[in-house]
Amino acid sequence: AARMFLRLLSDVRWRAANPRWRRMTTCSRRSTSSTAEPHPLSLPAQAQVVICGGGIMGTSVAYHLSKLGWKDIVLLEQGRLAAGTTRFCAGIVSTARPVSIELKMADYSNKLYQQLEQETGIKTGYMKTGSISLAQTQDRLISLKRIASSLNVMGIPCEIITPKQVAQLHPLINIHDLVGAMYVPEDALVSSADVSLALATAASRNGVQIHERTSVSHVLVQKGRVTGVETDRGQISCQYFVNCAGQWAYELGHSGEEQVSIPVHACEHFYLLTYPLKEPLASSVPTIVDPDGRIYIRNWQGGILSGGFEKNPKPLFTEGRNQLEIQHLQEDWDHFEPLLSALLRRMPGLEALQIMQLVNCPETFTPDMRCIMGESPTVRGYFVLAGMNSAGISYGGGAGKYLAEWMVNGYPSENVWPLDLKRFGTLQSSRTFLRHRVMEVMPLICDLKVPRWDFQTGRQLRTSPLYDRLDAQGARWMEKHGFERVKYFVPPGKDLLDLDQSKTFYKPDWFDIVGSEVKCCKEAVCVIDMSSFTKFEISSTGDQALESLQYLFSNDLDVPVGHVVHTGMLNEQGGYENDCSIARLNKRSFFMISPTDQQVHCWAWLKNHLPSDSNLTVEDVTWKYTALNLIGPRAVDVLSELSYAPVTPEHFPSLFCKEMSVGYANGIRVMSITHTGEPGFVLYIPIEYALHVYNEVMNMGQKYGIRNAGYYALRSLRIEKFFAFWGQDLDAFTTPMECGREFQVKLEKGMEFIGQEALLEQKQNGVYKRFTMFILEDHDTDMDLWPWWGEPIFRNGRYVGKTTSSAYSYTLERHVCLGFVHHFDEKTGEELVVTTDFINQGDYEINIAGQRFQAKAKLYPFSSLFTHRRRKDEMELSGYQRE
Amino acid sequence: AIPVRSSRLPLLSDAMPAPAHLFPLIRNSEIGRICSTVCYCHHKHLCCLSHFAHSHFRYAPQRKFAALCKPKENFNQFIHARDYASTPQRFYLTPPQVNSILKANEYSFKVPEFDGKNVSSVLGFDSNQLPANAPIEDRRSAATCLQTRGMLLGVFDGHAGCACAQAVSERLFYYIAVSLLPHETLLEIENAVESGRALLPILQWHKHPNDYFSKEASKLYFNSLRTYWQELIDLNSGETTDVKEALINAFKRLDNDISLEAQVGDPNSFLNYLVLRVAFSGATACVAHVDGVDLHVANTGDSRAMLGVQEEDGSWSAVNLSYDHNAQNEHEVERVKMEHPKSEEKSLVKQDRLLGLLMPFRAFGDVKFKWSIELQKRVVESGPDQLNDNEYTKFIPPNYHTPPYLTAEPEVIHHKLRPQDKFLVLATDGLWETMHRQDVARIVGEYLTGVHHQQPIAVGGYKVTLGQMHGLLTERRARISSVFEDQNAATHLIRHAVGNNEFGTVDHERLSKMLSLPEELARMYRDDITIIVVQFNSHVVGACQNEEL
Repeated sequence: AARMFLRLLSDVRWRAANPRWRRMTTCSRRSTSSTAEPHPLSLPAQAQVVICGGGIMGTSVAYHLSKLGWKDIVLLEQGRLAAGTTRFCAGIVSTARPVSIELKMADYSNKLYQQLEQETGIKTGYMKTGSISLAQTQDRLISLKRIASSLNVMGIPCEIITPKQVAQLHPLINIHDLVGAMYVPEDALVSSADVSLALATAASRNGVQIHERTSVSHVLVQKGRVTGVETDRGQISCQYFVNCAGQWAYELGHSGEEQVSIPVHACEHFYLLTYPLKEPLASSVPTIVDPDGRIYIRNWQGGILSGGFEKNPKPLFTEGRNQLEIQHLQEDWDHFEPLLSALLRRMPGLEALQIMQLVNCPETFTPDMRCIMGESPTVRGYFVLAGMNSAGISYGGGAGKYLAEWMVNGYPSENVWPLDLKRFGTLQSSRTFLRHRVMEVMPLICDLKVPRWDFQTGRQLRTSPLYDRLDAQGARWMEKHGFERVKYFVPPGKDLLDLDQSKTFYKPDWFDIVGSEVKCCKEAVCVIDMSSFTKFEISSTGDQALESLQYLFSNDLDVPVGHVVHTGMLNEQGGYENDCSIARLNKRSFFMISPTDQQVHCWAWLKNHLPSDSNLTVEDVTWKYTALNLIGPRAVDVLSELSYAPVTPEHFPSLFCKEMSVGYANGIRVMSITHTGEPGFVLYIPIEYALHVYNEVMNMGQKYGIRNAGYYALRSLRIEKFFAFWGQDLDAFTTPMECGREFQVKLEKGMEFIGQEALLEQKQNGVYKRFTMFILEDHDTDMDLWPWWGEPIFRNGRYVGKTTSSAYSYTLERHVCLGFVHHFDEKTGEELVVTTDFINQGDYEINIAGQRFQAKAKLYPFSSLFTHRRRKDEMELSGYQRE
Repeated sequence: AIPVRSSRLPLLSDAMPAPAHLFPLIRNSEIGRICSTVCYCHHKHLCCLSHFAHSHFRYAPQRKFAALCKPKENFNQFIHARDYASTPQRFYLTPPQVNSILKANEYSFKVPEFDGKNVSSVLGFDSNQLPANAPIEDRRSAATCLQTRGMLLGVFDGHAGCACAQAVSERLFYYIAVSLLPHETLLEIENAVESGRALLPILQWHKHPNDYFSKEASKLYFNSLRTYWQELIDLNSGETTDVKEALINAFKRLDNDISLEAQVGDPNSFLNYLVLRVAFSGATACVAHVDGVDLHVANTGDSRAMLGVQEEDGSWSAVNLSYDHNAQNEHEVERVKMEHPKSEEKSLVKQDRLLGLLMPFRAFGDVKFKWSIELQKRVVESGPDQLNDNEYTKFIPPNYHTPPYLTAEPEVIHHKLRPQDKFLVLATDGLWETMHRQDVARIVGEYLTGVHHQQPIAVGGYKVTLGQMHGLLTERRARISSVFEDQNAATHLIRHAVGNNEFGTVDHERLSKMLSLPEELARMYRDDITIIVVQFNSHVVGACQNEEL
């Protein structure tokens, strides 16, 4: 059956189109029948770049690298070009993606494929059919509207249409159960194998050497750098290696001595091919995506091609298998039954249509449904592009472009942190974890994506020593980088909705619970377990630690011992690679706290930028300390009673760090910061004391009304205080100048630091975007859709940027959105400098799923609203308010 | 007239008009008359009992069985339809209604674990029963022996009413447990009773709330039991108790006590009537005793015990652990003939029934086949009026020359459990007449392991349309989903027994029709079904086996 299908696919035409390549592989084509025959053209002994994998990803990377001027490139494919998932995939190019970076990649891919035939002369089967995403429920329609509003501000045509309009666009569709749909007229269909071959051809013309039937056994690494690859046909020495091995990327990453963790896992994926309809379907008929029915339906040679993402996926190759088996996977009709039912429900007229084949085409999935790209944190020069979550064709062009830019320029032209390999560590590399997680991820492709969704599988991996204590007190958990964190505490006797029922775009069921936690933070004292934060200790025998840190960080770290400094870890462009708090423990050692998901990225950055000096040590001490955040005006009282030490603001002002005893436990690192703008302390407790200190704090705190709180309360507090968080608001493309943190930059600290020049330039010339706080004015918390992030911001009716985070402020009793405002020239669209006046003199609206809400913009946090005046860092806050 | 014992009328595609034709023939009290003239009827165990049964069912305290038939209002609707038979009205039970009927009597017991381990060779059991008679005449019992090791499970199929089956289900396990007790324990118990001290508990019952014990008779039953153990104490042979012997003794002794109690009577008129009802009705019994790897099945009558064995290739096969005592069993026919003079040879078994009347060849109670004619007449005449008025009790079986014709002595089969023996099914003949044991083994086996052997579908070169494929897949899925509807293996088996179509899959429409038959008709299409599925603990069995080696 598989053979029949292969014949049906369009012919591989590209060899004829490229005489040069034909010469190289005349024998390899013969070797189809006798594999023992040696290749006539031997591999080069060296190259700048070796790409492993001849699917859409590998060819796209080769294409874009060669376009950017790199010529010394070898692409190796263990079988035939475009023969794996690329060959079998459905060939739908769809830009309707919820994550904005993915949306940009898909948009670029679409435009690339459209002109590819003209560029290369190779037929790609490109057909602009448009796509219609159907909504069977109101909630689904809301999620489509959210996507539509972000497509629109990107300039991609897109509209929300009625079921009637759907019927007009597609002849076979049953619309009786629909509430609406989203129509994206520019979406397209391609022959995926041909696109891949066209990219290979173009790359080959630009000098890329392509070798089929050559498999990479492992990558050679010396001193943490790629030096070459070992193949079944000999060695190639190289500076860069690109792992585009698709579902074999994990195995390839683990094949060498220096292992690179690429957390991907394959699942079986089924789609159906039919013979043509009696009245063959027009080739321009739009592709239908019915997420509630979990299926997609496209025209295929007058018949249809329809597949889907079932609720009970079948993971495979968990143990790793030989790639050849991909062709021998079984059709499983019983498994396909729910999708077939959904298809016949959507298009009842197809009952009499004759089946041609059920194709089983494995797809690769990642732990968070976003693809994986970037450089390995452990091996320099080792790049990865894999894990497309069955959207390889949509992302292929854009992903290849970004990775090529990354290799050539040091970083892509867009913020790709959501896709960065370094968001994962080795902890996501367990096969059991991956197997369980992808079984959740695959169905999620069709599931409704609501705010604050947490994965349910692969949980309870990293936990605080207090996990059981907190869980017993009603903690509800979320996961970040494998670490369990408390969202909020459900009071005894109170029940929340089931997981499925709690999915909403409106006011969530935990609203009042979090409200009372926030209130307690404001009026009494709360304790939040913040153990997940990444913690490093950097120390040296001499002044090396201070000197190197002064170079890495923008703020002045040459502060008296016991001071805590908030500072950015910037790149050359002045953008935030990390946002940390650093305590000077003594003259020669520093304690650095950064966001949870920085563990791998920050480590790699430090390793790459710190001098290799044996007198300088960096240690990851994340696991050594439990962090308890005491937030609230009574935190002082609790701490002073437990320590018998004076901790009043006069003795222990804000932004200080002291080692003290708490209860019986000694050596507790106490810092007067809270990450929220509220008064309080964070206690860094050696883990063996964690339970003791927690018990002491809770006992002592009783008379001050202490209670547990979770991250949702923390988030509400920090957002209403206009605190930006790295990973949500801050990224590698945002500088301190753009988010009102100039006070954390000491341009004149007497030492050069990374990003200094860029910041100086910004200081002189002004910034092109500005982090702004918006307070929604006419938004009804109970009735209206809640903002999330990614909502377009309009100034005087014109699009100026997107929100990055939002929360309900229980103090303001309003929703607060944080986001960036740009200034696009009205005629040219060119980005102009954003001034304070520009921000202050606009009327703003936030678009939530198509509905616009008036918003008041603010560049500085409210200070009058917050009754508890702060100590030193408030002086700092007011310092930049005067700016 | 009315079809004979094969009893399962072909279920017409439209069941409703069909019974409507039959109905007028067999209404209520008429049934008795029809039966006595035709001589045998749908009550297969014993003919001509309907009248007797009906007359006292009307006063039977356990009306709750009737209440089980939940869609009572639906029956009214049906009866309405019958009046206007020319416009038959279809109605179907919804799947939830079907489930509530099927699950009304289900019961599960899991052997408790200690330290995360269950050291018993039994993991637990599922049981259920579906009535066809109103009230149901089947009974079931399950209990753990507390003074000896082992677990007792049994199904009891009553005929000519449920009185005998009820009494046996309450009493038999006590007789067995007492038979198994060592001398010292018997003494201890007797001393406790004598001095009014608290008694050591002998059995821990595992009962569904609908399984009741008769309060009124408990004193009477206890006294009989006490007499039994006193005799055992006196007889003290000093030998260790053999399970097989204990089972046989217990069966015989209980039957003997039932007979004696009826002859002696009781000053309390309710009890007097009760013991007579027990003695004049009958019951078969199929009882399993599991202790470690030793499995004993004692069987009297035509209920059946079957072992589910998983072969090395994962498939399921059935091993019989009992012999039916009926006309189909040559040895049984031979035994009966051996026990009576040659002159009676022709009249002993007629129409596959004992003396042309009784289907099982062994049973508890049924004193009509055990007592001499004089004794029967004496007891009936001196008995209460209800008994005297009853046609059935007065009726003496034809060719009744050399009683007793019937015995309660069981055949006992001993089986050493092996790791591949996964479960034991005890069920009354209501199950076995609708399903082959091989199918029972497969359905239960697949249910318990959650594995379903269905050949995968491949389109290959065939011309198949989407619609055809969809139909095929939906049917296949229904087969599997019926498994997930049930949390109880016995319920699952009943679902198949009642609802299976010719393809061996549960057909909801059929199931719905079968379950919505009115009380008066249900018995024509199906018999009472009672099932116990005991699941064995292969790990423990394997470990015990190794120890013994």
